[in-house]
Amino acid sequence: MSPTPSHQTLHIDWTKCDGRGLCTELIPDLLERDKWGYPVARKSAPADRSNVDVAYTRLEAAREAVELCPLLALSLGPVRQT
Amino acid sequence: MTLTGSTGIHQESRAPRADARLFAGIADPGYAAHLATFGPLNFAVIGSELVAELERSGLTGRGGAGFPAGQKSRAVLLGSARGWTPSSVVIANGAEGEPRSLKDSTLLRVAPHLVIDGLLASARALGASKMYLYASGAGLEFVRHAIAERKDARGIRLVEAPDTFVSGEASAVVNSIENGVALPKDRVVRLTTSGLRRRPTVVHNIETLAHVALIARYGAGWFRAAGTNGDPGTRLVTVSGSIVAERVLEVPGDQSVREILAACGCAENNVGAVLVGGYHGAWLGRAQLGTPLSAAALAPYGAHPGAGVLYVIGAEECGLRISADIVRFLATESARQCGPCMFGLPEMANILNRIAVGQKDRSLRRELESLMGSVIGRGSCHHPDGTARFVASTLRTFSADVEAHFTGHCVRCHGI
Repeated sequence: MSPTPSHQTLHIDWTKCDGRGLCTELIPDLLERDKWGYPVARKSAPADRSNVDVAYTRLEAAREAVELCPLLALSLGPVRQT
Repeated sequence: MTLTGSTGIHQESRAPRADARLFAGIADPGYAAHLATFGPLNFAVIGSELVAELERSGLTGRGGAGFPAGQKSRAVLLGSARGWTPSSVVIANGAEGEPRSLKDSTLLRVAPHLVIDGLLASARALGASKMYLYASGAGLEFVRHAIAERKDARGIRLVEAPDTFVSGEASAVVNSIENGVALPKDRVVRLTTSGLRRRPTVVHNIETLAHVALIARYGAGWFRAAGTNGDPGTRLVTVSGSIVAERVLEVPGDQSVREILAACGCAENNVGAVLVGGYHGAWLGRAQLGTPLSAAALAPYGAHPGAGVLYVIGAEECGLRISADIVRFLATESARQCGPCMFGLPEMANILNRIAVGQKDRSLRRELESLMGSVIGRGSCHHPDGTARFVASTLRTFSADVEAHFTGHCVRCHGI
């Protein structure tokens, strides 16, 4: 499937994430928390759970999550081809 | 002697036999003996054609992941063809974090010049400006000695790898050389695009490079004459555990686990199971010993040749106890950078241990499976994935044992 320009990928840097959980409150439709408090993608490829597909309609909220993450563990980028 | 193109790739009468290639010069690791055994390699004529030769050879990485060596090199060439990129870096990775693997340290001891040849040839093929060799302190001693014997290897920088499980992971290798921290890093682009100091970087296992040294001499056709079409060439394996003596062997591709064990004098009826591919690998039960040691043949068992580790456990040893110890080791070797790995692996070790010691609680199995689901794909390296894969294989291969343990018995060691 070719990448759709209106979609973006939210990347979780696990080495920075401390499980504060702000992102899971800002985009609960995309991320939930695991038993330790770390974000889990509600939908993602099983082998690529560090990258969450973000639809155009949720880009604004995802951007806010990136900006407000206290540990700078999130980034938004073009859709990655795996 | 036939010469193909300008790569200097030729078939020579002195090309080693199909079953002892990397170890053809095992009697003497010195440079003169190396040249006498393998013949000289004319580096001046090596160019990007070597990458095509590697692609034709079907050589896969021998460090664990098994990625095609030619394809990895090609990625760097394609990147530089697309526009201006800084010159590339080639890293020879001899960090052997797998506790049951000895093949890389053995190779550096008996054939350091093959590894050096492979590194020099790869750097020429990619037009690389920097070369590194990363290995344990003991391994580097052999390399230092070898470099002093020749004039063309002075440009290789040696970096010592710490003795940890994750130190050989590609991003940890780059991080160690660049920052002195041998821990995996978060990556959003491939190392072949942006690696060491943002240069396109190829990290090859040292055994892979030793094969490159021979392919550069004798060609892809010669390489493929050993092994099978699906698994060409030879590979080094380390056989350990419940056998007479730990051994490193060179075996042709697609050789069955049974044949390899037989070559080590291991009687089949004493074998309980064999761990294939190291601590991130998978168990083969006694009924599966006919399986060839190749990626394709092992895939149905969730296994992979990995770095060529075969760890044998005896028929009367409890696979669950041994597996629980291995998972505990893997948990302590977590770099503790990524939460799911830092918390999930110790919990997995704990639950597997409770099953191993015979706690009569069937919910432990479900709990373990749920933890595996919680860690897979959620780290900056594949340590959690590899550990989960190993646990899945343990539950699968020893499923009858797990059931017996839930009733308070062990079918292997007749006790708990």
